Amino acid sequence: MSAPLLSVDDVVVDFKTRAGNARVLDHVSLEVASGEILGIVGESGCGKSMTALSIMGLVPSPPGKVTSGSIRLEGRELVGLSEAELCEVRGRDIGMIFQEPMSSLNPVFTVGEQIAESVRLHENASPKAAMARAVEMLRAVEIPEADLRAKAYPHQLSGGMRQRVMIAIALACRPRVLIADEPTTALDATVQAQIFDLLQDLQSETGTAIILITHDMGAIAELADRVAVMYAGRVVEKGTVDTVLSDPQHPYTKGLITCVPHLEPEPPLVRAPLPEIPGVVPALTELGMGCAFAPRCGNRIAQCGEAKPPLEATVGPHLTACWVAGP
Amino acid sequence: MNLLRILLTRIGYGLILLLAVLVLNFTLISIAPGDIADSIAGDMGGADAEVIEEIRARYGLDQPFLTQLWRYMSGVFRFDLGYSYFFNTPVTELVLERLPATLLLVISSQILAIVTGTWLGVMAARNPNGLLNTIVTFLSLFGFAAPVFWTGILLIIAFVSVFPIFPVGGMQDVTVEGGFFVKALDVLYHLVLPMVTLASIYLALYSRLARASMQEVLGADYVRTARAKGVPERTVLYKHALRNALGPVITVAGLQFASVISGAVVVEAVFSWPGLGTLALQSILARDTPTIMGILFFSSLVVIVFNILTDIALRLVDPRIKAG
Repeated sequence: MSAPLLSVDDVVVDFKTRAGNARVLDHVSLEVASGEILGIVGESGCGKSMTALSIMGLVPSPPGKVTSGSIRLEGRELVGLSEAELCEVRGRDIGMIFQEPMSSLNPVFTVGEQIAESVRLHENASPKAAMARAVEMLRAVEIPEADLRAKAYPHQLSGGMRQRVMIAIALACRPRVLIADEPTTALDATVQAQIFDLLQDLQSETGTAIILITHDMGAIAELADRVAVMYAGRVVEKGTVDTVLSDPQHPYTKGLITCVPHLEPEPPLVRAPLPEIPGVVPALTELGMGCAFAPRCGNRIAQCGEAKPPLEATVGPHLTACWVAGP
Repeated sequence: MNLLRILLTRIGYGLILLLAVLVLNFTLISIAPGDIADSIAGDMGGADAEVIEEIRARYGLDQPFLTQLWRYMSGVFRFDLGYSYFFNTPVTELVLERLPATLLLVISSQILAIVTGTWLGVMAARNPNGLLNTIVTFLSLFGFAAPVFWTGILLIIAFVSVFPIFPVGGMQDVTVEGGFFVKALDVLYHLVLPMVTLASIYLALYSRLARASMQEVLGADYVRTARAKGVPERTVLYKHALRNALGPVITVAGLQFASVISGAVVVEAVFSWPGLGTLALQSILARDTPTIMGILFFSSLVVIVFNILTDIALRLVDPRIKAG
């Protein structure tokens, strides 16, 4: 891997809650290079979206706070920047698309205005030039009759169209990094495939680095170059997609992979129940000393309850945080 | 084009409504016991049945109800609302002379209440645990609980007798001389206290509404999208969020307009503001039915016009409201 474009280094995010301090991100380290797609997978509530928000400087504060660690974009430290400086980074250097295309667009402005707004903000473009760029972006995300659609309001577009508009907004200023937070979860399967194709095409044209947050293992296998598996605010396994998916070390990753349902051409007469990982993600205020996954793990040993395993190399560049796994 | 069609439809409905108001008012007043003849006779110091009959005949009160209604309605279509025996003036002239003062009071107090209320609501929503939020909660409780005449009297005590900053009442000072600008300034100076008094109830209402509405909108996904685009916080608040939060405020402001006008009657009485309110009070006391009906007609007209304007404003703010 070449020098990282964006590196998240040892980031800790704490939330003060009534139930006590919740460590939402616990020493998370990630890096993504130019032109690369990094997948982040994990169940709901394991810190995927919070990782994205901390990169954007959008951790809701209060109650949340980036307590320690560093986030660098091309060597520039983002943690601790002023709000005005962060506003310049957001949208210009890092774009983001969200899970809910139905509600992520402002209902009272036309989609053209919403795309043009970030161009006007970051490039000091005239309203006319910004609108021209908006139409150009709508064309780039393959929306037919782009110049007409630019004048449409969000409620006049379908879910898939709206997600394309979101992508157009995020990419309007040609950011170096695009964070896609479950971009297809709310969409039909066929539309999902179209959106993924679109992301891939746009990336090969622009060389934007993509951080793809999803719980869709299939999407990771197809799109991502590298993958980080997160559990309870920690990265538990990280490596290239090939090694992690074909040779998972962490029992949680193994569980996630076995949980993916397969289409069987000739299903057996007696169907086996779908596999699942027993238990749920623990409450972040109730984490003990040991490995957060230990209570749900079939292979746990005494050490698992005593200390958190470090993220260490097992095979090549492939890192795993597990006492049991490894050479 | 579309907006024009909606506007015309609304004006059509408004005219029908106005017609219904006229018929209803006329019917109600006719059913009520006693009429002008009794009042005139009373002013004369009493009269026998013959004289009363004579007065009735002079005012057409001896005609059947439908004939009277028809006469009145056909008069209204010629902008003739009858003749006030108490003021000895045609009602239309009387009302039109007083209408501007009431409109000035009502519109200025509504603008004050909507703008300040919304602004307070936005600031409070931005920081739900802050001092301003507590102030807004307190103000709204106070504004709701205090009757306007009491607020008005308190303001008079505070700013006329304790700190003599403002005039005690009226609309202008006859001793002030100068051009239009000087006179207008004098009217504004007299307007301050009544305007603040009438605005106080609605300020409370709109600040609470705006706060609740803003709190909801600030949690919306599109606000997060705006932040992720790098939109500065001020623009997020006043462009992306506020325009979505304005709907409830506009709707309620439109619905409240009728109550603002009845509030104005009380405020005008407290500050002797020479508007429709004081005229209404005088004509009710004098049983001057043509004037009362004229005032009712004009206040219905004002309420209907403002409801149409509200409707148009809502459509301009939110493109999702469909035609029809």
